Amino acid sequence: MTEFEPVIGLEIHVQLKTKTKMFCGCELSFGDPPNTHTCPVCLGLPGSLPVANARAVHFGLMIGMALDSELAPRSIFHRKNYFYPDLPKGYQISQYDEPLCLGGKLGGVRIHRVHLEEDAAKLIHVGASGRIQGSEESVVDFNRGGTPLAEIVTEPDLSTSEQAGEWLRLLRTTLRQLGVSDVNMEEGSLRCDANISLRPSGTSELGTKTELKNMNSFRFIERGICAEIARQEATLQAGGRVMQETLHFDPASGAITSLRSKEEAHDYRYFPEPDLVPVAIEQAMLGAARAAMVELPANRAERFEKEVGLTAESAVQLAFRGELGDFFEAALLAGVDVAAQTLANWVTVELAGRLEDDPANALVTPQALAELAGLVASKQVSVGAGRQVLDRLMAEGGDPMEIVEAEGLAALDGEGDELAAIVAAALEANADAAERVRGGNAKAIGPIVGYVMRETKGRADGGEVTRLVNEQLGI
Amino acid sequence: MSDAEIIGLSAAEAAREITAGELAAGELFEAYRARAAEHASGSGLNCFTWVAPGAPAEPSLGGDGAPGTQGRALPGVPLAVKDLFCTEGVPSQSGSKILEGYEPPYTATAVSRLIEAGVVLLGKTNQDEFAMGSSNENSAYGPVLNPWNRKRVPGGSSGGSAAAVAAGLAPWALGTDTGGSIRQPAALCGIVGLKPTYGAVSRYGMIAFASSLDQAGPLTRDVTDAALMLRHLVGRDECDATSLSFPEEIVLPRAERLDGIRLGVPKELTSDSNVGDGEGIERGVLDAFGAALRRAEELGAEIVESVRLPHAPHALAAYYVLAPAEASSNLARFDGARYGLRAEDAKDLLDMYTRTRHDGFGAEVKRRIMLGTYALSSGYYDAYYGRAQRVRTKIAEDFAAAFEQVDLIVTPTAPTVAFKLGEKTEDPLAMYLNDFCTVPMSLAGIPAISIPCGLSEGLPVGLQIAGPAFSENRLLDAAHALELALGFDGSGARA
Repeated sequence: MTEFEPVIGLEIHVQLKTKTKMFCGCELSFGDPPNTHTCPVCLGLPGSLPVANARAVHFGLMIGMALDSELAPRSIFHRKNYFYPDLPKGYQISQYDEPLCLGGKLGGVRIHRVHLEEDAAKLIHVGASGRIQGSEESVVDFNRGGTPLAEIVTEPDLSTSEQAGEWLRLLRTTLRQLGVSDVNMEEGSLRCDANISLRPSGTSELGTKTELKNMNSFRFIERGICAEIARQEATLQAGGRVMQETLHFDPASGAITSLRSKEEAHDYRYFPEPDLVPVAIEQAMLGAARAAMVELPANRAERFEKEVGLTAESAVQLAFRGELGDFFEAALLAGVDVAAQTLANWVTVELAGRLEDDPANALVTPQALAELAGLVASKQVSVGAGRQVLDRLMAEGGDPMEIVEAEGLAALDGEGDELAAIVAAALEANADAAERVRGGNAKAIGPIVGYVMRETKGRADGGEVTRLVNEQLGI
Repeated sequence: MSDAEIIGLSAAEAAREITAGELAAGELFEAYRARAAEHASGSGLNCFTWVAPGAPAEPSLGGDGAPGTQGRALPGVPLAVKDLFCTEGVPSQSGSKILEGYEPPYTATAVSRLIEAGVVLLGKTNQDEFAMGSSNENSAYGPVLNPWNRKRVPGGSSGGSAAAVAAGLAPWALGTDTGGSIRQPAALCGIVGLKPTYGAVSRYGMIAFASSLDQAGPLTRDVTDAALMLRHLVGRDECDATSLSFPEEIVLPRAERLDGIRLGVPKELTSDSNVGDGEGIERGVLDAFGAALRRAEELGAEIVESVRLPHAPHALAAYYVLAPAEASSNLARFDGARYGLRAEDAKDLLDMYTRTRHDGFGAEVKRRIMLGTYALSSGYYDAYYGRAQRVRTKIAEDFAAAFEQVDLIVTPTAPTVAFKLGEKTEDPLAMYLNDFCTVPMSLAGIPAISIPCGLSEGLPVGLQIAGPAFSENRLLDAAHALELALGFDGSGARA
């Protein structure tokens, strides 16, 4: 049986977070009543003309810089001609053979190109199928029509669905850090198509590829790519040939269906858009884009590791989820005497595990988390009590020390009589376990410590309890 | 003032009379409105597809809410506007059935600039469908008749505008020129027509034919009116990315002499033998042209016959690739989905598209959509569109070189005088040859004006003067001096 290896390239469409549309002055919107953000230009009314959005070009340059692309000193828009009701002019203004950015690299994956274009309007098909075939009628919402898009095309450098998903997450974080897009797959501000082919392992010639369209979540992307790899592999193993076609993945059924074959492919009749002038990149535009650049995830991870002294794993976790990285850095600046790695652990484990969305919206502040980490590190609060304090901070916000005092969660002092008395009671209540510990079975201490923790509501420090147990047992 | 006296005034004169209080704007408007209505929607010369129902109420004449038109440069002067300009709430059909009754929600920049200067919209003028044609026979609203001879065409595509001005149904008109659509009908109707430098006038709100060539411009009774309208048309428009700010103010022409002006007469565009397949420029046209050149010499001009435009004979071929290619894309929006005609009872989406466009477009429009679609098709792009673009570049270079040698270039505007209705409708190539002398300037993006220079067979002959980009002031001055010397009498066309 021949072994095959998948070759995967991605095409990502990113809605840019400009104030207005790509070629007119209508404001971008999401979720507003249909057709309330339209004008003669984005409706394709006779006589209307496009004017390129300078802010979109600015964002495009920032993306190019982040992806280490070559920025074309001059690029032009083309018309991509085809008929569809979501395309009011009968053509999409896009870029063709002279795009804004060429080449580049991100996280070990080469970038082929980045170009700017306009989004289509939104079609809503009335009827059971939800697709245009067999629908009773279709209505168009032009609010989305004309939204600026950056299309990012990778080289076919990926070889598994997991890799594709992981890389896409890195890209999403990078774009989010840049502030150029909401990169929300569910809302469609980040959309991904995958080009997939298989070739015998160890060979270098590319096989026939298929294009899997518009998968709208990370889970669907990974599942869709997996399913298509499996489909192609089964075809090839059975001696068949993969046909070049455009495919649709149905996440509900897992089925892959053909949208159109190579023979049915459109002839888009690209030609230079005569209503627009070339985009000439001046030094001032480059300067503005450079000035707007922020630290990118890959660089940030390196800094966290080398300068802040975090483990490589923590560094990547914080850098690739930029919102956690931001929270961490703010906490680091709180002036609390606590090791950076300890703080990082609080953010990546305790905080991240409790978050539902952006920590910027959480009630717990970086200052509070840093103080809490400090209280735990200095053993004023036990780890268990610290988690309870964090639960309260997440629910209500506030000051960690005040919560500790109000709830009586301060660590029990090992030198005091209170903890010693509770330990004594624990030994009494767990006489069997105490006996086994005395007999050399250190693991038997569990129920004794558990008793103490219950009695102290977690306020006792685990190490201190073990010390007292051993002391009282005369070990 | 009697109606005949009122109609006898040029636009500049009418503006002056109104400003001086000698003429009421309402009186002027009504005199024209009544005449225009007699030649609208299939009657008379069929110049108009829509005529204003009455004079607009005085306070709302201005576009910016300021009361009245008094104090403005063109107070209350009526304006005829080619149908393809979008005019808010007024039918704007571009001569096509597919846009029958279409009323845009906005007004084209060129029109609103003139309205801001004080003009009032008199009516919308008939034209070849989507500006595709040289005889106005391609209009879905019927042909326009030439006021000099009603069995003849007025030229096209701004035929309704040209005939209306020639016949005295409007003081002046706004037209558009893609390959000659202002200049050629101006020539055939015996009036002045100016195609400005590409980019000088905003295209926003002009229903597009070929975006890289379309330009708005004046059709007027005399050169002064052309300058006057142009002055208010030019300027950068934020809504048109290809528009440019005009480097100087347009001034009213004063020149009476042509001393020291070198006029180039390129043999490629002035010969009786090399238009198309040997059928050259008509003898009578060349005679009138030659006589005009002699008057120019008398005015002090130097005639330079050695100037060459070697690629100009290829202009028409390149034009009929480029213009249809752009048109095939520009006209894709007429699909029945949002406005205009929609075929009823379509089976599915493709059927709706197909039948709407089958029913809505005329034969010439379909022919050009097919030509353009073919030229842009995968595998043919380089051979057609790519090569035509290279020819276009060569032609622009020809003109640049020529203007090193001469100040202005002069040619006949059209190879023939107005031809008979129906004479060329069965032969598209013969029809296309009408633009032989005007298309090179369109491809080069340079300004050109046509002025009447005499009669042949009792029909007007046009003289074309072209200059470098943004040389409109010099062009208008030269045209003015010649106009004075030639003393063309256009009264034969007054309806």
